[in-house]
Amino acid sequence: MDMATRNFLYRIEVRNKGSGGPRIEALQADVRALSMGTLRSARQIALYFVEGEIAPEEMNLLGLFLFSDPVEQEFRWEVVGQGRSEAIDAGGARTGDFGGAAAAEIVSLAPAEIAGAGASSPRVVEICRKPGVTDPVAIEIVRAAQELGVKGLKRAATGVRWELEADWLDEQSVARITKMLLANPVIERWEFGEIRPVFPQESARPVPVETYDIAAMDDAALIALSAERRLALDLEEMCAIRTWFAGAGRAATDVELEMIAQTWSEHCVHKTFKADVEVRGELWQKDAAAGAAGKLENAAQPHSPYPPVVHGIFSTYIKKTTEEIAAPWVRSAFVDNAGIVSFDGQWDISFKVETHNHPSAIEPFGGANTGVGGVIRDIMGVSARPIAVMDILCFGPPDMPEEELPQGSLHPRMIARGVVAGVEDYGNKMGIPTVNGAIHFHPGYAANPLVYCGCVGLAPAGVHHHEPKAGDRVIVLGGRTGRDGIRGATFSSMRMDGSTGDVAGASVQIGDPIVQKRTLDVLLAARDAGLYDAVTDCGAGGLSSAVGEMASELGADIELEKIGTKYPGLAPWEIWLSEAQERMVLAVPEVSVGAFAELCSRFGSEFWDIGSFRGDGRLVIRMRGEVVLDLPMEFVHKGIPQKRLVAEAPVKNRGQTTSLPKGAPQKVKKRGLTPFFKNVSCERIVRRYDYEVQGGTVVKPFAGPEGDAPQDAAVLKPQGTGGAWGIALSNALRPDYAEIDPYRAAWAVVDEAVRNAVAVGSDPERIAILDNFCMGDPNDPAVMWALLESARGLRDAALAFGTPIISGKDSFYNEYLGPDGRRHAVPPSLLVSALGFVPDVSKAVTSFLKSPGDSIWLVGRFEPSFLDKDAAGAEADLGAVPGVDPGAQVVYKALFEAMQAGEVAAAHDLSEGGLTLALAEMCMGGRKGADIVLPPSQEPAGRAMKECAASPLGLHGMVRDLLLFGESAGCLLVEVRAGQDEAFGRHFGEEQAFRIGAVSQMPVMRIHDGDSEILSVSISDMLKAWKDSAGEVLP
Amino acid sequence: MKALVLKAPGTNRDYDVAEAIEYAGGTTVLLPLSELRERPALLLDYGMLVIPGGFSYGDALGAGKLLALDFECFFAEAVMRFVEEKRPVLGICNGFQALIKTGILPGAPFERHTFTLAQNARGNFECRWVRLRASTSNSIWTRGIEGFSCPVAHGEGRFASSLPNVVESLRVAGCIALEYANERGEPAQGSYPDNPNGSIGDIAGICNSDGNVLGLMPHPENAVFPWQSASMPGWAEDGALRLFRNGIEYARS
Repeated sequence: MDMATRNFLYRIEVRNKGSGGPRIEALQADVRALSMGTLRSARQIALYFVEGEIAPEEMNLLGLFLFSDPVEQEFRWEVVGQGRSEAIDAGGARTGDFGGAAAAEIVSLAPAEIAGAGASSPRVVEICRKPGVTDPVAIEIVRAAQELGVKGLKRAATGVRWELEADWLDEQSVARITKMLLANPVIERWEFGEIRPVFPQESARPVPVETYDIAAMDDAALIALSAERRLALDLEEMCAIRTWFAGAGRAATDVELEMIAQTWSEHCVHKTFKADVEVRGELWQKDAAAGAAGKLENAAQPHSPYPPVVHGIFSTYIKKTTEEIAAPWVRSAFVDNAGIVSFDGQWDISFKVETHNHPSAIEPFGGANTGVGGVIRDIMGVSARPIAVMDILCFGPPDMPEEELPQGSLHPRMIARGVVAGVEDYGNKMGIPTVNGAIHFHPGYAANPLVYCGCVGLAPAGVHHHEPKAGDRVIVLGGRTGRDGIRGATFSSMRMDGSTGDVAGASVQIGDPIVQKRTLDVLLAARDAGLYDAVTDCGAGGLSSAVGEMASELGADIELEKIGTKYPGLAPWEIWLSEAQERMVLAVPEVSVGAFAELCSRFGSEFWDIGSFRGDGRLVIRMRGEVVLDLPMEFVHKGIPQKRLVAEAPVKNRGQTTSLPKGAPQKVKKRGLTPFFKNVSCERIVRRYDYEVQGGTVVKPFAGPEGDAPQDAAVLKPQGTGGAWGIALSNALRPDYAEIDPYRAAWAVVDEAVRNAVAVGSDPERIAILDNFCMGDPNDPAVMWALLESARGLRDAALAFGTPIISGKDSFYNEYLGPDGRRHAVPPSLLVSALGFVPDVSKAVTSFLKSPGDSIWLVGRFEPSFLDKDAAGAEADLGAVPGVDPGAQVVYKALFEAMQAGEVAAAHDLSEGGLTLALAEMCMGGRKGADIVLPPSQEPAGRAMKECAASPLGLHGMVRDLLLFGESAGCLLVEVRAGQDEAFGRHFGEEQAFRIGAVSQMPVMRIHDGDSEILSVSISDMLKAWKDSAGEVLP
Repeated sequence: MKALVLKAPGTNRDYDVAEAIEYAGGTTVLLPLSELRERPALLLDYGMLVIPGGFSYGDALGAGKLLALDFECFFAEAVMRFVEEKRPVLGICNGFQALIKTGILPGAPFERHTFTLAQNARGNFECRWVRLRASTSNSIWTRGIEGFSCPVAHGEGRFASSLPNVVESLRVAGCIALEYANERGEPAQGSYPDNPNGSIGDIAGICNSDGNVLGLMPHPENAVFPWQSASMPGWAEDGALRLFRNGIEYARS
């Protein structure tokens, strides 16, 4: 039989010669964590499928050169399905022969070994991607096979086979393990036994455009239409559409409806931030109390800080703040895809943080992966080279029992593992260092994980163009368009429920960072050659959003059939809305198209010329000549009705005045030193990110003599820039504060982000910040109240610190409606990210202790309080969020001066765990001991002492714990070089800085209260607790 | 003398290594693989070939494998001539993986397909600083260097072989250029994290028996400027810079 002339599907198995391995151990640990029992053994086998006219010797060639690593792996192949009965006479076996292999170890496995007959036969489950899900490896197989001369190979797919062994395993438990740990039904399908790949249906038949006579619909029909097409538009918005089409006197096409829904989605138009917000209830009480306490002076008002109606949170609290601060170094705020500053006049630094929460909830790897990819494109969209990535991740507790999981949610362990792998994959492969981030756990994040992804870019000043001209060609560059990520913009503007994973399957995107890397290479070369008039990225809403925004003034003519697709058969609206990744849209003058094409071929990138900009503000889209959309951009962008929302404080927050929670210190007393180690080393996660690529990481996520001391912020010396300057990156997020008091929480996060940047040597007068709000359903007045309070706190704090807000993003509906009817919302989550200017990177400061004999100082207004529910106990749900001293900026400036004078050897902020944890981290990082005396607390903690005195523990015990572990804003511990105490002290005003001790010779951390030693821990004991418990806490 | 820095789809430390070579006194040209593919003879215009780190072809089917396939299919002849003429070749990380998978490293007398850089013993990509010890070898790149520190950043860097007594054979052939070391500069003896990936014989870098081709997993190009090691007290030595200077001097001679 001549195999080479017939088309077959081939199956290739590649297995490691050895057994076990880290992936297997991780699976065994996860199965134990699910209380299912112990897996005796497990094996993971890679599966590949290739289809085409392929000769047996070609299969062997593929097996040896492409699929296996001959040193550690062995492979076998066979014909699947119809071809099975036609035994291949190649070496006498049905399985492929391995002749021609250079290494002797390649052996054929007898089929029986794999089928697993016999007493200890393993349970087998095989997993493949669903058709249409991006598979970069499959694409490479087809390309590489051609290169190898295997011309008959037409298409390929990948999969994985698991062989599990344990006496207790049955079909049900294997299914459970598969669903919980091995496969994600949103993008994968699985079978017990052998699986066959399914390729996308190649129907070349044109998909018709549907039309809706919307003018004839009544309100009920409009609501039904919005639901049926998942438009996520409310009645008022649907009515506005009806009015327009009634005026136009024609029916609406599906392309038109989908584009309007996308443009008007919360995700794209931010209607909540622009809404008129009616403020109800007694909002002023709490604030008056803060005023009475003598703090937050510039915020405290004797009456409500709000007018009866707030006309747009964004313009009132955010945009206005940046305008008032009027920092001369801000180049662009809230206009472009990213905020842009220029610290030195020669280089523009762009900064953007995005969230990718909903996609990460249902497909953690792909969601986080494309979250990173998306924010990198935001930076590419301002013509900049991405130079750093940051990620702040919020998960449910990793030890959450399965029965407490919101129904239909993935387990936090699986979410965390997928998200971390997704971040790792994209940043590492694009060659952008991941230098800063954080991980937060909270039960409110179990069904709604938050994935904040940030990116920083660098460009020569003034090279970014964003004005398309009439007649410019509309060019799509990068990846092909497919059915992936359809309706992502509207999907992220809806609350999720138990079925979201099923119906939202198409909104999942899978990234291909290498395609984006090539796109970046082309883009930067095109920028330097001046080949485009404007560029933007394709994110949520796909081409509809990208072209829609770019053509918002000019309009455009688009020919949909010219857009390169992954497979035929896409409906016109799917092409227009697809959120397929790795695409950029450029406005290229006709004369430059040839040069642009040459660049694309040089870097191996694809592009499509899909139309031109008009000039009359009309967008006209055709599919093979037929008009499928014809709308004035004015209506698309400005036709949305003004939204009205209501804000009202929930009962628990009305008139809150507590400054110290009742009973808090007892709890801490009982726990002894444990709060101390609530923080664990994040090395096992952070090291999976390449933080060194691009060679500019000065202050690394981990530094110090043992390379394991975490730092408050990253400092970068961007590659290719001259001079001594650099930038600092930091972040702060305190959902635990915000649950109690969102106004003070906003102050606290601005302070902490700024303080972290200052700790590494940033100039406090040149720090820009970003805001990212993640909240629940804005139609809930309590959610709106928290948003309003957060935004007001953000504004007051930004004004106090003089930090312009240069970009931001909001994400709502981070809420999950369980099948039980319960709503699971995230705690109000305001992330503040800071971008600081470090005038001289050789003066950057790290957090670990350096030299015995140096002094240890406490700077800032030290007035610790307890707040977290852990410490305060479940009954005390109103703790006290530490108030920020509005004068903290003065302290930061003094510290900066001392750093520039070379007096500071180390600095570290006081945060979770208070003074003691901060000191412990400095000791551990430097492998040095310290000896300090507890400082006195300042007012108004003195007032709190009266409350302490009334407690059963008595004044002394309570105050001591408060000083040790209480949290306070505005403070840092500073190691001052020997002999510099006097000079250092001179930078500070009265009561702003105290020398509290010294770095010691002994590797022990000692804390004294007056003359008596109250705490003494060896550095090695601390390190053990800090590092060893990481495995239990982190996924 | 100009060094060719080859940029495959997915290469990402091309600028890093180019900056390091320029800082060390050399001149570099970044060339996309597509151009070398059209005119392989271009290679012979250069005095040095550098294959930088990154994720060529996204590490699909194994790190460096598809880049190695490109070498064989498109410019095997030019590369073999370049190597045989004893011009200096440096493969870092992904470049090392490609050199191993083409069989250029360790090269004769060792048979191809008997060495690999497999998944790290701990199963993950890992970024950390390591200490390296320059062993006695034929490498022109490590002449006069005792050791140095620099970062590793890889998921597939565990040097492995199917041959028996291979560490000894490589040593005898003068092919072990760099070993992972502890803080006293002694071989790490397989202990994590000094040996970050579980490589046999603590092997971090390999040269051919002629000594002109060096492949290594760690990134010396990220440890040449003073700020790169500023927050790592006790880790900075100038060996990483000298490695590039050695290559440049050798290429000029």
